[in-house]
Amino acid sequence: MTATLQVENLETQFPTRDGIVRAVDGVSFSVDAGEILGLVGESGSGKSITGFTILGLIDPPGRIANGSVKFKGEELTTASPERLRSLRGSRIAMIFQDPMMTLNPVLRVDTQMIETVQAHEKVSEKAARARCIETLQSVGIAAPEDRLKSYPHQFSGGMRQRIAIATALLHKPDLIIADEPTTALDVTIQGQILYEMRKLCRDTGTALIWITHDLSVVAGLADRIMVMYAGKIVETGAIDTVIERPQHPYTRGLIGSVPGAMPRGKRLFQIPGMAPAPLNLPPGCRFKARCSRADAVCDTMPELLELNPGHRARCHHPFDAKPLSPAEVVS
Amino acid sequence: MAVMSVLVFVGIYMIGDPLAILVSPEATELDREAIAKSLGLDRPMWEQYLTFVTSALQGNFGKSFVFGQPAINLILERMPATLELALIATFMSVVIGVPLGLYAGLRHETVAARAIMAGSVLGFSLPNFWVGLMLIMVFAVQLGWLPASGRGPTMEVLGIHVSFLSLTGWKYLALPALTLGLSKCALIIRLARATAREVMLMDYVKFARAKGLSEKRVIGVHILKNIMVPITTVTGLELGSLIAFAVITETIFSWPGMGKLLIDSIVHLDRPVVVAYLIVVVFLLVIISLIVDILYSVLDPRVRLGEAK
Ligand SMILES: Nc1ncnc2c1ncn2[C@@H]1O[C@H](COP(=O)(O)OP(=O)(O)OP(=O)(O)O)[C@@H](O)[C@H]1O
Ligand code: SF4
Ligand SMILES: [Mg+2]
Repeated sequence: MTATLQVENLETQFPTRDGIVRAVDGVSFSVDAGEILGLVGESGSGKSITGFTILGLIDPPGRIANGSVKFKGEELTTASPERLRSLRGSRIAMIFQDPMMTLNPVLRVDTQMIETVQAHEKVSEKAARARCIETLQSVGIAAPEDRLKSYPHQFSGGMRQRIAIATALLHKPDLIIADEPTTALDVTIQGQILYEMRKLCRDTGTALIWITHDLSVVAGLADRIMVMYAGKIVETGAIDTVIERPQHPYTRGLIGSVPGAMPRGKRLFQIPGMAPAPLNLPPGCRFKARCSRADAVCDTMPELLELNPGHRARCHHPFDAKPLSPAEVVS
Repeated sequence: MAVMSVLVFVGIYMIGDPLAILVSPEATELDREAIAKSLGLDRPMWEQYLTFVTSALQGNFGKSFVFGQPAINLILERMPATLELALIATFMSVVIGVPLGLYAGLRHETVAARAIMAGSVLGFSLPNFWVGLMLIMVFAVQLGWLPASGRGPTMEVLGIHVSFLSLTGWKYLALPALTLGLSKCALIIRLARATAREVMLMDYVKFARAKGLSEKRVIGVHILKNIMVPITTVTGLELGSLIAFAVITETIFSWPGMGKLLIDSIVHLDRPVVVAYLIVVVFLLVIISLIVDILYSVLDPRVRLGEAK
C-alpha cells in the first residue's frame, strides 16, 4: 500500500540578505491512511514550514531546494500550480494555529465556506450551503443555518476554530495538516477538539499530521511522533516508545518540561539555553550548545539511526532504550 | 461653524472696503453713500454681522454685491460643476490607484512595481497648478486633442447640468479631473500598496490559498475587500480636500464651479458669496463624513452598529 504522504529528504530554504535560512533541512517521514503523526518541536524548529512545503504554499523567495513530497504516490514538488491548487483544500487540508486570524474578517462565514466547496466542485450555491450546514453540525455547531450568516468576529475562538476545521473537512480530505490548532484555546475545548479529530481520522481513514510544541497534547492523540530541532528530525518512533524511552537528550528535555511527567514538588524542568540562530548553525549536532552529554564527537553531524525497530534518534550518545527514571530527567 | 462664520466675516471685513472696487472712481461721494446704504455697508461691523447671522439662520446669506442675486443661489448654481469634477477626479484616482497599488504591493520586487512607486512620488510632489499647465500644454496646445478650458455643452438630468454623460463632456472633464485627481491617485496607490503588503501576510490569506481558491479569488475578494476599508475612509476624507483644491484647478481650466466663483468673489471682496461658499463647503464635508461612516460599516462588519457580540 502506498503511504498517504511520503516525504523524502525535504529541504526548504529562505534566501535572506544575511544568508540562506534552512528552515527544513533534510526531513524524511511518511504518514499512512488513518494514522496520526505528532510533529513536535520548539518555536522556530521548522514545523509550520514543513506543513506549508507539503501544500506548496511557501512564499517566494522561499523555495524547495531539494527532496520529494509524494501524495498517494504523486510527486508534488514538481506538480503544476493548478494541480496543487486542486489538491489543496480538497485532498490535503490545513488548519492554522490562531483561529482569530484564519477567517477573513470582512467576509461572512457562508461566503468563506461556500467558496471552498465551489473551488473544487461544480455545485449550486444551495447544494454547497447544505454541505456546509452538514459539516458544521458534525463539528458541534448548533443552528448552523443561522450561524452561517454571521461574520467571524461574532464567534468565540473555539467556535471559529470549529468553523476552520469544518472548512478543512468539507471535501473529506485524505490528509489534514493541523498546525497547533488548539494552542490558542482553553483546555476543555482543546480536549473536545482533539477527541473529535481523532475519532474522525479513525472513522474516515484520514491521515493527520498534528503539529505542536506541547508534547502532552500529542501524547494521548498520536500514533507516532516526530521531534524536530532546528530544521532536522532528531527523534521519531511510536508515541509510547518515545515518551517512555526517549533516546535523544532534546526529547528527554521536552518530556521533562511537561507538567505531570515529574514527581510532585520538583521544579518544572526547562531545557537551558536557546535554539541556535537559523543563520548561524553549528556544523555538528545542532543541540550541542544545550546538551549535557556533548563531547568532541558531537562536532560532526550525527545520523538519524534506528537503534530499536521503528525508533530512530539523531545522537552520538543516545540514552539507553530503558524507561526514564525521574532522577534522570533533571540530570 | 459659528466660529468659522465670525472668522471669515471679520477677515473679509478687514481686508478691504468692497465699495472701493464696486464703485467707479468717477462716482461722487453722494453716489458712494447711496450704494453703501443699499448694500448695508454704512452700518458698523457688529451690526452687519448680526444682520448676517439672523438672516443666515433663515437660509438667507445676503445678496452678492457684484451679481445682485442671493449669494446662496449663486453657489448652489455652481455646485454641481464642482461636485462633478471632484467626484470624477476621485473616481479616476480610485479606479487607477487601487489596481496599481495592489499590483505594486503584491509584486513589490518587480521593476513595474518600482516604476509605479516612483510615479506616485512624482504625483505627490508636483504642484497642482504646474500639472494643470503642463497638461494644457501637451494635450490642448501641442496635440490639440482636448479642450483647455470651460465645461463645454452639458446635459440636464433631474434639473442638474452634467458633463459625464456625453463624449464631448468627458473631453472637457478629462484634463481638469486628471489634474485634480493626480495627487489623490498617488496617495491611493501608496495606501493600497501598504495595505496590500500587510494583508497578503495575514493568516486568512494563506488559509484562503490553503482552501484551494484560485489566485483571482484570493486577490480579487479576500485581499481587495480588506484593502477597500482604509481606501474608502481615506477617499471620503480626501473628497473634502478635493472640493477645496478645486479652487486652483477650476481657475486654471476656467471650470465654471464654486471654486472659480470663490476666487472671483474674493477679488471683488464679495463678502456674502465668500461666506456662503464656506458655509456650503463645511456643510458638504459634514455630509461626506456621514456617508463615509455608513460605507465604512458596510465594508467592515466589525464596526457595524447595533450588533451583539
Ligand atoms: N519568510 C521567511 N524568511 C526567512 N526565514 C523564515 C521565513 N519563514 C520562516 N523562516 C524561518 O524558518 C524557521 C522555521 O519556522 P516555522 O514557522 O516552521 O517554525 P515553527 O516550528 O512552526 O515555530 P512555531 O512553533 O513558532 O510556529 C524559523 O527559524 C524562521 O526564522
Ligand atoms: S549528538 Fe552530542 S550534542 Fe547532539 S544531542 Fe547527542 S550527545 Fe548531545
Ligand atoms: Mg508554526
